[in-house]
Parts: sequence; C-alpha cells; structure tokens
Amino acid sequence: MNSTPITASNASLVSCHTCHLLSRLGPSQTIGRAVCPRCGTSLHRRKPNSIARTWALILSAYMFYIPANVLPVTVVTSLHKVQSDTIMSGVIYFMKTGMWPIALVIFIASIFVPIMKLVTLTYLLVSIQRKSSWRPHDRTRLYRIAEVVGRWSMVDIYVVTILVALVKLGAWATIKAGPGAVFFAAVVVITMFAAMSFDPRLIWDAMESNLQND
Amino acid sequence: MFYPMISLIACHECDLLHRVQPLPEGGTAKCTRCGALLYRRKRNSLDRSLSMALAGLILFILCNTHPFLALKREGLVQQTTIITGVQELYRQDMWGLALLVLFTSILAPLIQLSGMLYVLLPLKFNRLPWMLPVVFRIQQKMQPWAMMEVFMLGILVSLVKLAKTATVVPGIALYAFVALIFVLAAASASLEPGVVWEKLEPIRE
Repeated sequence: MNSTPITASNASLVSCHTCHLLSRLGPSQTIGRAVCPRCGTSLHRRKPNSIARTWALILSAYMFYIPANVLPVTVVTSLHKVQSDTIMSGVIYFMKTGMWPIALVIFIASIFVPIMKLVTLTYLLVSIQRKSSWRPHDRTRLYRIAEVVGRWSMVDIYVVTILVALVKLGAWATIKAGPGAVFFAAVVVITMFAAMSFDPRLIWDAMESNLQND
Repeated sequence: MFYPMISLIACHECDLLHRVQPLPEGGTAKCTRCGALLYRRKRNSLDRSLSMALAGLILFILCNTHPFLALKREGLVQQTTIITGVQELYRQDMWGLALLVLFTSILAPLIQLSGMLYVLLPLKFNRLPWMLPVVFRIQQKMQPWAMMEVFMLGILVSLVKLAKTATVVPGIALYAFVALIFVLAAASASLEPGVVWEKLEPIRE
C-alpha cells in the first residue's frame, strides 16, 4: 500500500463529471476549455475551485443559521392573540404536549442535521488544507453522509407550507410564514450547493502527496 | 487530441483507476479503495425505468389535478391541492419560499419523469433522442432536488400538529403522491446511467 496508487490524475486522464468517460487531453487543450467528447460537459481534473467555493458557501450558511433559529418561522394569528414560533419553540411545544417522536424528528431535521452538515464540511475542508492523511476512508464516508442527509432539513419548510395552505380561510386562525423560514430555507439550499461543490477526491490527493514526500 | 478510454473507469470519489469488468446480472462494482459505487448491472434497466416513468407520469397528473388534503372544523370544509401552499406563500410575499417549494415538490419530480421518458422512449425504438446529452444531464442533476419523500414527512408532522384543532381528510391526490414516491424511486433505482451514455459514440477529433 506504500506505492503511489494509480489514479486518473496520475495517469494524466480526466474523468467526465457527468458520464464518467476518461479522456486524455492533448497538449493543445487546456483544462477547463476542453469538453467531454461523449456528453459535452466541460472537463476538469477536479471540481473547479472546490475549496474556495465550498468555504464561501459554508460561511454564508453559518451566518444564515443564526437568524434562521432566532426569527419566527410561523406567525399564528387567532381571535385575540398573535403567536410567533421559532424552530426551537416548535420542538419544545411538541415535547410539552408529549409528542416525543415528532419533537425528535423536527429537532434532528431542523437543528441537528444542518449544523452537523456544516461542521462536517468545515472539518473536511480544514483536514484537506492541512494535508491530513488521517483515515481518508472514514472522511469520505462522512462526506457521503453529509451529502445524503441534508435534504431532510426541508421538512420544516414543508410543514409551514402545508399549515399555511390548510389554515388559510381565517375562520379561526391564520398562519403566516415568518422571516426565519426564509433564512432556514437559504441554509438548506446553500449547504446542498456546498456539498455539491466539495470534491471528495481532494481528501485522497492529500494522501498521495504525503506518500510522495515520505 | 482526445483518446477516450472506455475500458477504464475512475472512481468519482477518490479518482482511483479501475478496469471495467463484466458483471453478473444485479451485480455492483465498487471502488477498491474508498468503496464508492462505480457501476451496476441491472436486469432490463432501461425497460423497467421506462415503464416506471410512464406509471409515474400518470400518477403525477392525478396528483396535481385532484384534492390533496381537506381540513374539517365545525362544519367548515376547506379543500387544498398540492399547489395551494405555494400560492398562499406567494400571496404572503414569500415568493422565494414559494418558488423553492414549487421546484422541489413539483417541478423537479416532473423534470425527472419527463426527462426519463424523453430519453428512454426513443432509445426503446433504437433511436437517439435529440439533444440527449443535455436532457439526460439535466435529468440526472434533478436527483437531489426532488424531495417528495421529505414533503411526505412534512405532511405527517402537520397532521399531528393539527390533530387537536381540526380533522384532516386525505384526498385522492395524497394516495397518488405516496404511490409516486415509490414509483419514482423505483424508476431512478433501476436506471443505470452508464447504459444510456454507452449509446453515444464519443466524437473523435
């Protein structure tokens, strides 16, 4: 295992992001302007500017995460009172009324998953920039989990949508989506783009450059 | 100058090169270094996806034309369809949210389904659909954005939330919606993208 593994990059081949066809670029072609001869996607050895893009997206998601949790997600107006709910107060409401499973679902999907995804991507970026060769296998797995799980955070947005649709007549109450919902949706979408712009092959690239230096 | 190499494949997660080997039916090839899925061999991959996509389109139409959920309270009944929530959000000046919900719960699944039909139907009759690479690329990119199953979880949570104040009556569209989740998942699972890409000859310069 101490020899340098043969990767596409070492063999000066470029794998198409879309159709996985391997191409060898001629001397006249610069990476970034060449396209896949089969499907026409532009070819890159790695996702372009992966680290910078992912950092930018993650940092903006961290910033949006704060108003997403502080501002109200729903504003319920019933006969005499106006009640604003944040994500956390929704969870607490379910806990108080004894609906633990629902409280858990919302807590995991809306609070735990987004922050875990952000922390995971931050850790992966730092580990790549420090050229870590620690457990690349597990770090790749971490990335896979972060990528798959993120979409479930949308649950709260859908709950707001459905409540708004069902309780719109105003006979006994009206429900409005609050500004927190906008920031929260932004966090979900931005972290999805962050996971897409991250290139897990960079984890393994750092490994190989360490091997060559030894 | 391009020299496309069809007998080799690079892992898309760690870039390790592998020789493409024939697989038994139902087999999967995984990267020897990081364990990522490289390619699969499905039985009747394209035919199965095509039939599922056709079924999906019928369910999709049912889903969007029939009542989805109704709210009953003190004799008042309020019907909604899938798009009602989007319209209400838009009316509340939350057009960003409205757009996001519209895209993830209706448009993305529709693009997935129709893209699949557009690609697979001509292939079934041994023809190459016009602009296949572009359409199939968009079709594949929709995967993470179609969130019908997440929407379903949202429905369940809202049902519990409203259970004390009103009765929620499921409509035909809701059943079609649930069926569509499974049909779309089956269509995507049986579609092996490699089989479609292989139909295209790389252009040699």
